[in-house]
Amino acid sequence: MTALLELDGVDAHYGQLQALFGVDLAVEQGETVAMIGANGAGKTTVLHTIAGAQRPSRGTVRFAGVPLDGVRADRRVGLGIVLVPEGRRLFPSLTVEENLLVGAHRRRRGPWNVARVVELFPSLDRLRDRRAAYLSGGEQQAVAIGRALMANPRLLLLDEVSLGLAPVVVKQLYAALPGVVAEGVTLVVVEQDIGQALSVARHVTCLLEGRVSLRGRPDELTRDRITAAYFGM
Amino acid sequence: MEWVNAVIQGILLGGVFALFATGLSLAFGIMRLANLAHGTLALLAAFIAYSMVDATGVNPLVALLAVVPIMFVVGYALQRGVLNFTLTGDPLTAILVTFGLAVVIENVLLERYSADARGLDAGSIESASIRVTDDIAIGWFPLMTLAVAVGVLGLLYLLFARTRAGRAFRAISDDRATGRLMGIDDRHYYALAMGIALATVAIAGVFLGIRTTFSPADGNAQLLFGFEAVIIGGLGSLWGTLAGGIVLGVAQTVGAQIEPGWSVLTGHLVFLAVLAVRPHGLFGRALPA
Repeated sequence: MTALLELDGVDAHYGQLQALFGVDLAVEQGETVAMIGANGAGKTTVLHTIAGAQRPSRGTVRFAGVPLDGVRADRRVGLGIVLVPEGRRLFPSLTVEENLLVGAHRRRRGPWNVARVVELFPSLDRLRDRRAAYLSGGEQQAVAIGRALMANPRLLLLDEVSLGLAPVVVKQLYAALPGVVAEGVTLVVVEQDIGQALSVARHVTCLLEGRVSLRGRPDELTRDRITAAYFGM
Repeated sequence: MEWVNAVIQGILLGGVFALFATGLSLAFGIMRLANLAHGTLALLAAFIAYSMVDATGVNPLVALLAVVPIMFVVGYALQRGVLNFTLTGDPLTAILVTFGLAVVIENVLLERYSADARGLDAGSIESASIRVTDDIAIGWFPLMTLAVAVGVLGLLYLLFARTRAGRAFRAISDDRATGRLMGIDDRHYYALAMGIALATVAIAGVFLGIRTTFSPADGNAQLLFGFEAVIIGGLGSLWGTLAGGIVLGVAQTVGAQIEPGWSVLTGHLVFLAVLAVRPHGLFGRALPA
């Protein structure tokens, strides 16, 4: 069976600085993969390479068997690859509802619309007309996930959902993810919060200094192996 | 009564300033592009209309039906083919490129039309007026200019507030890179924005050509008035652009009423005063960090 997403020997550079070294990754349709690693391990760069925000300097990214070389980020959304960026990156002058509708700019056919997003995150209902600049961090993250869902993605890339949020808010956001997976959306979740990541993932990939240091199923990996791969000890 | 008349004439003059400023406001608001060729592009539109009138004898207001789409295409192509490539790094690049563009267009116009002042004859509407009192008359053409400015701004407001494209424009204005990650082709929307900006400046240029004489070197003065109107009204605010145009127009006519030579100077002083008291302009607003 062909994986929905394949990274084959991907290198990436920021100027002279090499951030990724021959990263391989395969994600099957409908599964949830957690990517963990310390700050600067290259997790966000992997997501950016998949979403088209970063061009790989070597190697190939394939989606549904098709190489994505030269495909711009906006066109990847039309193919079904959508990123929830680190820091939420909402459009501050737009209202919550407008932010959601921007997510539908290049939407595919599918179940997600404003009503379904509000069903997933009920707190957004009373905030529809509020400008995104005036939301709390948790509300912003809900809008960011909802905005990405509006495109009806096949592959949803979540970058540091928990960053800067209270644990109770993180728990609420992660509680919504099974509802997303139930619609057939494949998830790649980047997290520093290992516990949260392992709670939702079927497979885990750990990055260390731009290289894959460990991969496996959460129930196969011991705490010691994860710690060693995470910190390089 | 003379002062009331000065204010009324200033409000009407504000219409043409607002038309000039609208395109600048769009380009800056959406792309953070300070287009120094804006005034010269308005004159290009006026000269295109002049050539059409010269060749066919058509009324310049009718020529607008062709000049507006021509300038839209020019704007789209200019942004897509040149200016998009200047917006990736240092903002100075775009400023220098548009400055160079203004020099090139001005010289092409000089080569083609010489430095002679030209005018566009729109017929009897230019001198027709409504007499309100013995001392106050409102010209039909200035009134039409103001009405067109309000109409253009109203249409743009609807475009930005109510349509999918409008949301896309506002989204990439907030954050271009994230807009791209949400599926918006920023290159296309930037080009559309410049197309719309030049379509509005085509109207401004032709109305300027009907109102007064023009020559290829007049672009910088119009650019300055346009920038002043945008900054007085507040960056990114469409209705602020209209207000900015009117404030500038009233300042100039009231200044001229005080002393005929003070017209332009008074406009500049009011601009500086607004900038000092409200740096975001009358209707501009700063978002929370």
